[in-house]
Amino acid sequence: MKFIFVALMSFLCFNLTSVKANLAYITNEKDNTVSVIDIGKKKVIKTVKVGQRPRGIIMSKDGKLVLICASDDDRVEVRDAKTLKLKYHLPSGPDPELFILSPDDDVLYIANEDDAMVTVVDMNDKMIIDDIPVGVEPEGMGLTNNGKTLVNTSETTNMAHFINTDTLEITENVLVDARPRVAMFTPDDSEVWVSAEIGGTVKVINPSTKEVTHTIGFEIPGVNEESIQPVGVRHTSDGKYTFVALGPANRIAVIDQKTKEIVKYLLVGQRVWQLAFTPDQKTLLSTNGVSNDVSIINVDKLKVEKSVKVGRFPWGVVISPN
Amino acid sequence: MRAKFFLIIFFCLAFSLSLNTDSRELSIQQLEERKKADRERKEAREKRGKKVFQKEITITTEIVFISKEREVPPVLSNLDPILEDEGFYGVKLAIEDNLTTGRFLGHDYKIEFHRILKQENLENEFKKLMEKGRKFFVVDLNEAELLTLMKIPGIENVIIFNTRAKNDSLRNEDCRKNIFHISPSHSILADALTQYLIKKKWKKWFLVTGPKKTDKLYADALKKSAKKFNVKIKEEKTWDFTSDLRRTAGKEVPIFTKGSSYDVLVVADEAGEFGEYLAYRTWDPRPIVGTQGLRPSSWHRTHEQWGATQMQNRFRRESGRWMTEVDYHSWTAVRAIGETITRIKSDDVKKVQNYLLSSKFGLGAYKGVKVSFRSWNGQLRQPILLAAPRSMVSVSPQEGYIHPFSELDTMGKDQPESTCKF
Repeated sequence: MKFIFVALMSFLCFNLTSVKANLAYITNEKDNTVSVIDIGKKKVIKTVKVGQRPRGIIMSKDGKLVLICASDDDRVEVRDAKTLKLKYHLPSGPDPELFILSPDDDVLYIANEDDAMVTVVDMNDKMIIDDIPVGVEPEGMGLTNNGKTLVNTSETTNMAHFINTDTLEITENVLVDARPRVAMFTPDDSEVWVSAEIGGTVKVINPSTKEVTHTIGFEIPGVNEESIQPVGVRHTSDGKYTFVALGPANRIAVIDQKTKEIVKYLLVGQRVWQLAFTPDQKTLLSTNGVSNDVSIINVDKLKVEKSVKVGRFPWGVVISPN
Repeated sequence: MRAKFFLIIFFCLAFSLSLNTDSRELSIQQLEERKKADRERKEAREKRGKKVFQKEITITTEIVFISKEREVPPVLSNLDPILEDEGFYGVKLAIEDNLTTGRFLGHDYKIEFHRILKQENLENEFKKLMEKGRKFFVVDLNEAELLTLMKIPGIENVIIFNTRAKNDSLRNEDCRKNIFHISPSHSILADALTQYLIKKKWKKWFLVTGPKKTDKLYADALKKSAKKFNVKIKEEKTWDFTSDLRRTAGKEVPIFTKGSSYDVLVVADEAGEFGEYLAYRTWDPRPIVGTQGLRPSSWHRTHEQWGATQMQNRFRRESGRWMTEVDYHSWTAVRAIGETITRIKSDDVKKVQNYLLSSKFGLGAYKGVKVSFRSWNGQLRQPILLAAPRSMVSVSPQEGYIHPFSELDTMGKDQPESTCKF
């Protein structure tokens, strides 16, 4: 009897943990859908129709809301994370591509690719507070932990713009390599890493001096230099590794966050762009646009465990915090 | 009753399909909405009175765009409007891009548009601009006109960007260190096409050449390409009918194309005088490639990869029409100037020229890889699109064409074959 009870309990526990497994939300740029992956089961459990040309996707810190840039609809969709039902739209300015929430989820900063602007939206009033003219085709958005410094990259101007979030004005512009896509602060805010897709490099900038301290290049035997196109950047919070998605090189570079040396290249699907960690940072997901799948990577073993088929041209990915 | 029901179903289907296909390109309505939103945002911003980041201006660069008034050719296709503003909007967008970047660095850019009228003399007008101290020229001119410019004394002290002429001679025996060719040469286009046809194993060609001089030059490039890649030209004919084919093509083309066995009909007809009338009328059922059908080009309205959608949208929003190759070349030329000045922080002609020709120069130009200039002849190195009128088919260089420096150099005359001496 006791045995059955234990068995039942463990079964229940097992079930509960699997219910609590994190979900990953993937925007499929050409399908106008979002695929939901159960990371525990490594399976797509739901596909939902969303606005036109969905690209950037993020979640509120409490995990209740999913925000999606519907680029061709010129607005941001806010959906319920559980049901994925549309709750409301946020104004975004034309062609929103990537965005970031302030630490307390009060303010949303949106890069308007078609419009050379960063739009600032009040999440409570659901109104545009301001817009900041930046370089041509803004995309990457990085924010310090205290939310005081925003870094935006502009793809055609080839700059990282440092913006003071109190005054909403640009304080400094740093030239980087061609077509910068993503800006990401290290966990301690001591560095900001900027990937340059066409330049084929990652520049490490010191946010206090605004000086480029390192330029990281990539060399992969058997892969021509032109197809090495860095996009997505993710740092582990223990300061050990940084993962950089290399686009049509079909690989993710694992970089030692301290020494900037390349540790390993992980072979994933075709044209890998954006990356996301699970909250425990044991698992990393990548969107592979051309092979229409998502790679699931074991961070401890630095090994690709599985690829999961999603919609057409998966672009962005976000993982629920709880 | 039943018929009516099916008709309704059909319309519903057609409607939903049209909705689906529209999702990639912005509709005119969407473009208008964005324009309106732009205006409103601008007004709101002005009302808030916030200052825009602007560094003190240290360099002001003046760029001149030159085009020429031409005889309008007789309209053979009723579909495409004849454009008199090619290049204009390309330059305009690029100047805006340069200014946006320049604002953060203290670099200013000015542009002058010069259209040389029929009664005006190109050489004299150009001299006047040089006397005014202009140094950077983006020109929409043909081979003969470019050769005229080369004779002007002191021309080596300015930089010229060629946005139209495809002649290989300009990149070889007539090359100049200060003339940069954004437009791909005939031999680049021919090799881009041949690489794809080889991939398809369509190695037996029927080559039809039009009556114009440039048609012959393109055909020569195609023949050289065929030789280079070991393709057989089974039949070669010149099209010299002068009649308007709109009513008689059905009779003429089958007889013209009857003969030896071939895989693909290759056409060199740049003016589009007869090429469009070949499709579906050949004696044997064969695809058409070259200047019609599947066409190699530097830019096409179906191009949407690598951020090209943004460019297409921005261009259409500005001009209300599709971007042409000359528009794209003009954009690239002005951006190349901007990118160089951004990096070297100088607009000294010799410094700019050396940087453009160096391996340090690289520009993102919506082609997936950076574009750069061949140091031995000033030709822009870029992927070539292979597109049918309404679909992108492939992008060359094709996979497997390997080169020690850049795979883009598998197209056109490579350094060892080049007769250009700077």
